[in-house]
Amino acid sequence: MSTSNGHKRIEEIEQEIVEEFSLFDTWDDKYEYIIDLGKKLPPLESQFKKDENKVRGCQSTVWLVAEYKNGRIYYKAESDAVIVKGLISMLIRVLSGQKPDEIVETKLDFLSEIGMMKHLAQTRSNGLLAMVRQMKNYALAFKLKHESV
Amino acid sequence: MMPSAAVQESFDVYSVRKHFPILNREVKGKPLVYFDNAASSQKPQVVIDALVNYYTGFNANIHRGIHSLAEEATAAYEATRDAAAQYINSPSREQIIFTRGTTEGINLVAQTWGRQNVKKGDEIIISTMEHHSNIVPWYILAQEKDAVLKVIPVSETGELIFEEYEKLLSDKTKIVAIGHASNSLGTINPVKKIIQKAHAAGAVVLVDGAQSSVHLDINVQDLDCDFFVFSSHKMYGPTGVGVLYGKYNLLETMPVYQGGGEMIKEVEFGRIIYNDLPYKYEAGTPNIADTVALKAAIDFVSQIGKENIRKHESELLAYATNQLQQVPGLKIYGRAKDKVSLVSFVVEKVHPQDLGILLDNRGVAVRTGHHCTQPLMDFFCIPGTTRASFAMYNTIEEIDILVDGLQRAIKKLA
Repeated sequence: MSTSNGHKRIEEIEQEIVEEFSLFDTWDDKYEYIIDLGKKLPPLESQFKKDENKVRGCQSTVWLVAEYKNGRIYYKAESDAVIVKGLISMLIRVLSGQKPDEIVETKLDFLSEIGMMKHLAQTRSNGLLAMVRQMKNYALAFKLKHESV
Repeated sequence: MMPSAAVQESFDVYSVRKHFPILNREVKGKPLVYFDNAASSQKPQVVIDALVNYYTGFNANIHRGIHSLAEEATAAYEATRDAAAQYINSPSREQIIFTRGTTEGINLVAQTWGRQNVKKGDEIIISTMEHHSNIVPWYILAQEKDAVLKVIPVSETGELIFEEYEKLLSDKTKIVAIGHASNSLGTINPVKKIIQKAHAAGAVVLVDGAQSSVHLDINVQDLDCDFFVFSSHKMYGPTGVGVLYGKYNLLETMPVYQGGGEMIKEVEFGRIIYNDLPYKYEAGTPNIADTVALKAAIDFVSQIGKENIRKHESELLAYATNQLQQVPGLKIYGRAKDKVSLVSFVVEKVHPQDLGILLDNRGVAVRTGHHCTQPLMDFFCIPGTTRASFAMYNTIEEIDILVDGLQRAIKKLA
């Protein structure tokens, strides 16, 4: 179902993640996997770690930057907390390289399907929702800037 | 049900736990271990019953109605005022003002006494370890009046540096607003000494008792504080109600806070006569149900016995401190000699948020973050801590679960 130029669609990547998580029986295992993803997330170059790139609403510090290239948006991010880095890693995997429209529209159902919404997102303190919102805000901003008629 | 006798002679934590129905629940498939008591404590059945009884038995608006329900509701509401007065040894019931909580109590004093008495160039003293609730109202007042906010520094052990406090005092000092116990470090501040020094300099003192009223015996007359504020929900009572105590002459001469019903005697356009204390500061229909149920919490604490509770909590604190110190890379913040029952810590190379999430996954509720004390975190150069705060119903076994959970979490995260 990949698009002609080799990009996987959002739903396709979401489905992959849901299948990966279905292998885990317990949240201990899920967290171990997320922590592992977090540890593997490439560090953000230091010039991006400034106040204006901070995502508000997180208990940990999250820096998020986005770039618009050939009609698609590419994200880079990092955090000082490793579980958040794992979440970032998943969000980037799903959203980075997608078209602004699709990013704005997606409901990111995989977060509910792997139980993340129920397990983590009830309080604002973990920042998951703040990150999603910020990524969508970038998409909307780029869409208005580059694609408005 | 609680025996109606006075203070219980012996303290058995397992019997105490039976009074708190929420402790039977599970979190993430594990028995709940609730160590976030400094944020809000759990409620005993007697408090829950008091809420239900109010709504099922005698719900009505208070003070004005002539009918039986209104009289019963008024009597219950006013009985809490008596209980609260006794709880902190207030010389009179008129000096007990019901608020929404500690935060509103501080705002009330800042916006009434503060606006009346603080002038341009005057000084307000707070400390580095204050909760934001005891910073922001004074900041707002200082901004408005062009007054100066002075801050007592803390030491590495998390204690106020008393000599520095003495240096800050002058004839410009109008008010000292100080926490009785620190919510993020546990430090118990020497408020009596602080009050004596402030009075000698001609300043009044507000004591923020949010963290002390549940743990310590409060005697406002012995402390000689001018204002004392605390919240119900941190001392086993319902949310949404708190108490402001003030010296009579201050409360009497302060301007009113909010206008509305209840706080007036007579209203004609162009001429309003305000009500007497304490009603002068209780505009509008108050939080009747929660205030009524606060009495059940006060009675409950009195029956279990504050001395019993303190002894038990000291044992928990000593045990937790000792066990946590043995965790490699763990550093405790707040090493004062006198502490309320909480431990705040940081683990090397591990973010508190990660610890909080993994502990929650084991059913352990701790608080992570800056605990609304950002200036204090800045002083220690840390983004935040993990805080375990204890209550009368916590056990040694629960601390073992915390320490075990911590060690597993650190292994995964580090």
